[in-house]
Amino acid sequence: MELTRRKILAIGSGTLALASLSSLPAFANLTEEAISALTGGADMGEGSVTIIAPEIAENGNTVPVGVDAPGAVEITLFADGNPVPNVATFKFGPLSASRSASTRIRLAKTQNVVAVAKMEDGSFQMAKAEVKVTIGGCGG
Amino acid sequence: MISRRDFLQVGMAASAIVGASGFGNWARLAAQQTLTQEQLLEFETFGNVSLIHITDIHGQLKPIYFREPSINIGVGENNGAVPHVTGAEFRKLYGIADGSPSHYALSSGDFSSLAQSYGRVGGLDRVATVIKAIRADRPDAILLDGGDTWHGSYTTWKTQAQDMFNVMNALAPDAMTFHWEFTLGSERVQELVEQLPFAALGQNIFDAEWDEPTELFPPYKMFERGGTKIAVIGQAFPYMPIANPRWMFPEFSFGIRDENMAAMVEEVRAAGAECVVVLSHNGFDVDKKMASVVPGIDVILSGHTHDALPEPVVVGETILVPSGSNGKFVSRVDLDIRDGRMMGYRTKLIPIFSDVITPDAEMAAVIDAERAPYLSEMTEVIGQTDSLLYRRGNFNGSWDDLICDALIRERDAEIALSPGVRWGPSLIPGQDITREDIFGVTSMSYGEAYRTEMDGAFLKVVLEDVADNIFNPDPYYQQGGDMVRTGGLGYRIDVSKPQGERISNMTLLKSGEPIDPARSYVVAGWASVNEGTEGPQIWDVVESHIRKLGTVSLQENNSVDVVGV
Repeated sequence: MELTRRKILAIGSGTLALASLSSLPAFANLTEEAISALTGGADMGEGSVTIIAPEIAENGNTVPVGVDAPGAVEITLFADGNPVPNVATFKFGPLSASRSASTRIRLAKTQNVVAVAKMEDGSFQMAKAEVKVTIGGCGG
Repeated sequence: MISRRDFLQVGMAASAIVGASGFGNWARLAAQQTLTQEQLLEFETFGNVSLIHITDIHGQLKPIYFREPSINIGVGENNGAVPHVTGAEFRKLYGIADGSPSHYALSSGDFSSLAQSYGRVGGLDRVATVIKAIRADRPDAILLDGGDTWHGSYTTWKTQAQDMFNVMNALAPDAMTFHWEFTLGSERVQELVEQLPFAALGQNIFDAEWDEPTELFPPYKMFERGGTKIAVIGQAFPYMPIANPRWMFPEFSFGIRDENMAAMVEEVRAAGAECVVVLSHNGFDVDKKMASVVPGIDVILSGHTHDALPEPVVVGETILVPSGSNGKFVSRVDLDIRDGRMMGYRTKLIPIFSDVITPDAEMAAVIDAERAPYLSEMTEVIGQTDSLLYRRGNFNGSWDDLICDALIRERDAEIALSPGVRWGPSLIPGQDITREDIFGVTSMSYGEAYRTEMDGAFLKVVLEDVADNIFNPDPYYQQGGDMVRTGGLGYRIDVSKPQGERISNMTLLKSGEPIDPARSYVVAGWASVNEGTEGPQIWDVVESHIRKLGTVSLQENNSVDVVGV
């Protein structure tokens, strides 16, 4: 019997499983393009956006991700290793008490979750968090 | 086995392993040439609060042998830092004399001969004696169990951990946190936790569906002791659904969640806590990073990676106290809490030399009652060993060599894989191997030994994936185990490289040929995290193999070539 990577997950043959070995630059470029389209190429600041995501996904099919950016009018989330990197855009009105949102996303493999926030003054801020997708080793 | 009387004459060096403020008196103690219970317990009571920490007992009710690792590589900032210092270098670092009791308790080297002299370690009846003595000194001491308690032996398997539950209740801890407990399945865990007469803590144990805290596992508990308020925050093993089978506890989610830890520290401080203690099952390097990221923690009682250090590691204003495993050590941590903060500390890692510490009679009776129904079947002798059998080490251990041999022979495989767990007592040359000994290194709720085929390319993916769980330079991505053990397969690993580039020179040992990425290999292994894994239980596979061998005699394992350290 010849095993494909896909089958091995179903068979249950190891204590471990697989994560992709390399990121696909094509997808990362897609994210860069999408960010450029969003910001119109404007300079990007860092420090005002916080991403809350697990370091290692318990289940790559549904990864809880939260984002918080005080003073943002809009936050867009990207998953730079997914075939379609755009995840969601959250918009906040002037009466929004907090400029934060959370959702669950599917991550195809180990990659960065990127959040780009458009601030009230029209400037842009971003943050990045790596989420590892693996099926693990063995604990002590 | 030597008698108690002989033992006192054999002892060459230090009694207890006195941390921080008490450290540095090795030479004086060495000159005394004796080792007594009084010395092991000697402690000048300090401050106004005492913590007692025991962790990672793994079901070990009775005294055992336990060899510490000789290979424990640290990466990134932890390269060369404790606990990633072993053997003679460890002894040099802490001024421990070769051949001394501390050498035997804390470091590798000459293990088999020292074990003959110093005897077994641990035993919860001895632990009970130590805890009672500390409580006699400080009646309101807080006893904290770091988890990995309800797992790891013949009787925990047979009773679904009722044995450990009953024995620990007799010790009366004030709180505990969790890891392998969850592999009992969420139904059994909930049943036991609901009956616990003490706190079951985990700020990072969340409801998986709603990603919010659970009622069953509160984040912390406040204690009023010594005229002050102490908050104990629990931190369960963060990567349970990844390192262990998620399908066994699908209702729960974990993770490090250091932002929530920081929120909990603020919450308990606002509620008047003058001292914040984290009872952690993160593993040492993760705890070290957490101490640097989360402000306001005074003490982290560290478990999971089974490290034992004679003095605390200080990160900023936080002290980290790792207390070993398998019942081998108890830590006493005395704190001076005044004016809203920790003003000082005194710690001692107490090694449980089972021939020196008198068993507590009450606890011995509780333990024997738990073991009695199974005694004849668990003490049955299956074979003997001429070799030292141990588990700890980043790449292999002789117990795992034996298990991999058993998998290859009994399951007719070319390659064997055995999980890199860190629990399991050692056996010294000349000992009988009983059924209980085999369970001590294999007991688990998903022990089915599978047999399947994997191609060479996939085997590399497996090794790379596990290697990154150990050697990722960011501790938050480490899961705290060791490398998956391989039988029939050799390889080179460069621990300094990134994921995907660490493993090379994979060789099928039987023929000496390089592993062909496109060829399919018959692989046997155990402890799959996947639901529905089929095969005989690993302990039956190992028992059958040992019966055929009669006497186990292992060659040194040189199949892993480690570079880049």
